[in-house]
Amino acid sequence: MAKTNAIGLTIADYKGAPTTLCQGCGHNSIISQIISAVFEENLPPESVVKFSGIGCSSKAPTYMLGRSFGFNGLHGRMPSLATGALFGDLSLIGIGMSGDGDSAAIGMGQFKHIIRRNMPLVYIVANNGVYGLTKGQFSPTSDRGLKLKKQGVNPFEPVDICMEALASNATFVARSFAGDPKQVKTLIKAAMHHRGTAILDIISPCVSFNNQPNATHSYEWGKKHEVILHDMQFLPNAKEIMLEGEMEPGEVREVTLHDGSAIVLKRVDRDYDPTDRFAAIRALEEAKQKHILLTGLLYIEPDRPALPDLYDLPTDVPFNRMPQERLRPSPDTMQTVNDLMF
Amino acid sequence: MSTQSPTSSGTVVNDFSITVGTVNGTGSQTSNLTILRAIFKMGIPVQGKNIFPSNIQGLPTWYTIRINKDGWLARREEHEIVIAMNPATVKEDMEKVVPGGALFYADHIKLPIERDDITTYPMPVKKLARQSGAPAKLRDYVANMVYVGVLAQMIGIDMDKIRAALDFHFKGKESPINLNMGVIEAAAEWAKENLEKKDPYILEPMDATKGYIMADGNTAAALGALYGGVQFVAWYPITPASSLVETMNQYIPKLRKDPKTGKNTVVVVQAEDELAASGMAIGAGWAGLRAMTSTSGAGISLMSEFFGLAYYAEVPIVVWDVQRGSPSTGLPTRTMQGDITQVAFISQGDTDSIMLFPRDAQEAFEFGWRAFDYAERLQAPVFVMSDLDIGQNQWMVKPFEYPDEPMDRGKILWEEDLEQWEKEGKVWGRYLDVDGDGIPYRTVIGNKHPKAAYFTRGTGHDEFARYSEDPEVWVRVLKRIKKKYETARHILPKPVLESAEGAPFGIISFGSTHPAIQEARHYLKEEKGIATDYLRLRAYPFADEVRDFIADHEKIYVVEMNRDGQMRQLLQLFVPDMADRLISVAKGDGLPLTARWIMNTILEMEEE
Repeated sequence: MAKTNAIGLTIADYKGAPTTLCQGCGHNSIISQIISAVFEENLPPESVVKFSGIGCSSKAPTYMLGRSFGFNGLHGRMPSLATGALFGDLSLIGIGMSGDGDSAAIGMGQFKHIIRRNMPLVYIVANNGVYGLTKGQFSPTSDRGLKLKKQGVNPFEPVDICMEALASNATFVARSFAGDPKQVKTLIKAAMHHRGTAILDIISPCVSFNNQPNATHSYEWGKKHEVILHDMQFLPNAKEIMLEGEMEPGEVREVTLHDGSAIVLKRVDRDYDPTDRFAAIRALEEAKQKHILLTGLLYIEPDRPALPDLYDLPTDVPFNRMPQERLRPSPDTMQTVNDLMF
Repeated sequence: MSTQSPTSSGTVVNDFSITVGTVNGTGSQTSNLTILRAIFKMGIPVQGKNIFPSNIQGLPTWYTIRINKDGWLARREEHEIVIAMNPATVKEDMEKVVPGGALFYADHIKLPIERDDITTYPMPVKKLARQSGAPAKLRDYVANMVYVGVLAQMIGIDMDKIRAALDFHFKGKESPINLNMGVIEAAAEWAKENLEKKDPYILEPMDATKGYIMADGNTAAALGALYGGVQFVAWYPITPASSLVETMNQYIPKLRKDPKTGKNTVVVVQAEDELAASGMAIGAGWAGLRAMTSTSGAGISLMSEFFGLAYYAEVPIVVWDVQRGSPSTGLPTRTMQGDITQVAFISQGDTDSIMLFPRDAQEAFEFGWRAFDYAERLQAPVFVMSDLDIGQNQWMVKPFEYPDEPMDRGKILWEEDLEQWEKEGKVWGRYLDVDGDGIPYRTVIGNKHPKAAYFTRGTGHDEFARYSEDPEVWVRVLKRIKKKYETARHILPKPVLESAEGAPFGIISFGSTHPAIQEARHYLKEEKGIATDYLRLRAYPFADEVRDFIADHEKIYVVEMNRDGQMRQLLQLFVPDMADRLISVAKGDGLPLTARWIMNTILEMEEE
């Protein structure tokens, strides 16, 4: 018998349609980790809503969480769809699946503005540095000097998704690597519990168009150059935190999230404080200079108000189940309104 | 034509137009609204139209007030009284005055009087503004109150009614009311002592505005939406639609506190652009909220891709298009009915569209709430095609009426419905036409039934929302969607028919041209002996009554405010067999049509 989680569901209850992405595509690995994260967090699939834009990344929601509602929208417009939709029932968790073309080209505006509003959403950028679905053109995150078959050499500096997120005052910024599934899963879990927009820039190699060993979005380069900021653990219930053995100061950091869950970060090479924006920006700049793939939770600010907090909405019933008598003003107000006209 | 002929006493009572020429940004709007409202309070039918520049301060602006005892309130091209406050336009303002009319002008404007067929009244605007005791920074504003006072004295506007108008405008705040009233009274007193009445135009109190209110269409639309139970609004500022959501924000605390919890029941988000505004609203509509956006033509262009998605993915959303002069950035502060074909064929591929055409502020209120019922019933975008004239000008209309039907939330299945369907052995598919009306059943997020979820996409999909590139499936789904629009024809507001005995031709029109059409029909009948049948369209796709009307007439003039006769084009596609019966009477110069232009154009065509 298949293993069940705490709510009695098996992993099959979290699967989607069979993937039609290329074999070995990094996105498939991300899909698997999303499925595992939701399963392990014991969330009913109905409590998650999937959103995406256009591109290979945006096809991904079809291949996971078949029992979750999903909306595959327009190129670069996933954030606006998600913003409106999630107000329908604010108890649900939104997972937005985007790509480097989707978020850093046409979608740059919406990417930044959902961050600015801090709308709760797990915002994953499956970043492969290339347009896959249109067969291998440069994307905004392509390496400068990248050579592609029909395109020649890319003369432009790449957009750094995490730097853009930080510049927009994001409250959760992380980078990961599809070749590091454990870290991807931990970050997804933490992001699902973050009250605000959580940006996950996941380097996700495109095996068909941008996996040459010297490309910074390839498996080989990633495996050789990944440097983790910290060992990460997510604890859905902060009370469970048990630190193993003797710890030196700065050895372990703990970030408590809005709902009482916690992220535990264990030092690897250096002490890194993910609540220090300045440190995050410096870490990104250094990673660029040193040619490393620096992964982990770069920045978090758990307590900034999220967009729905600004509206003082009723919480006793989901907004999309609110009955007419609570939405239509009563008949006696009509005279008052007419009196307010001249 | 309305001749403004003097009575035996030599006066013209309650039948003339006043145009005020001022500089934009000097507060003249307060003065003009004060005149308008005071006349309304005197019981005299009145309408004001603002002809303003796309500018915050400094450019010329005009405000025309039409006073008509018979209730004809469309724009006129004649100006009996002109008030010239702007040195830059005084020459052309003087030329506007009809022979026998009156020109009031600020006496600091050095004006070579080139006309001996009009009466001219200088007004010591600067002097009186100085004497008002108003602080220097307010002097430009109170200067505009001088013409209110002088005009009041010379045509007979009741001072009590002026005070009532100021009281309304300043929400009862005594200090500005008294300051402005002081200037107005001083100016009236000055006029009484220094000016001799030589023109024939005067006001006399009537009882013809009882049972009416004055409201602008954007306010009416906002209120209509609030009574329609709107839950989510995303918008981006654009002239002339901005005041719609701004007004809504003012009324939300008054009207939309949850009776159970005292909390808010509307979310308004100012988006970063029209792309995001439409996206958020469509997301919300998809999630089962009553969602809307409001914009103008340029915004519609930006939102079009999303509307195509909403069309094909079948998402309810209400869109207010407060039309302005177009194409391109066009004439942002002028009115037009220029987005009709754009919206009818919105977005790429074969699409259909639902449009409602409100006539004035009152119908803007009604369509404000009904639009949500249509959108949710039909699971489609519903466009309410207002325009700047409706949206931003004050209309004398019957009071808003409370919705006479409960909300129609359309075909939504919740957990218990799905269970019931399962028990009955009924199969649910998101895009499956169960009832034969082309409208499938939908579920929305938060539905916890394990079979409730589906995947929404703008790519090809079958009846169960599964990805499909199958040619047969593609054609079948698009045909089924078309059927939904056939259903729409039968449930949308019917056109309004006014028929007359022995009419030689028909007139079709829609929206804000209504008052001018009615007035033109009146003159055609009274002065030319030509009775006319009139069909006022209220919705697209067209109802059967539209076909019947065209079939009943060999000749139909289609009157509208654009260059190409866009509504006529749609009608010709609707009745290709009778296309040659439809004659275009179209003008899109940014100004509301006048009855005289409509009548003359039709008469010229009749002679041909």
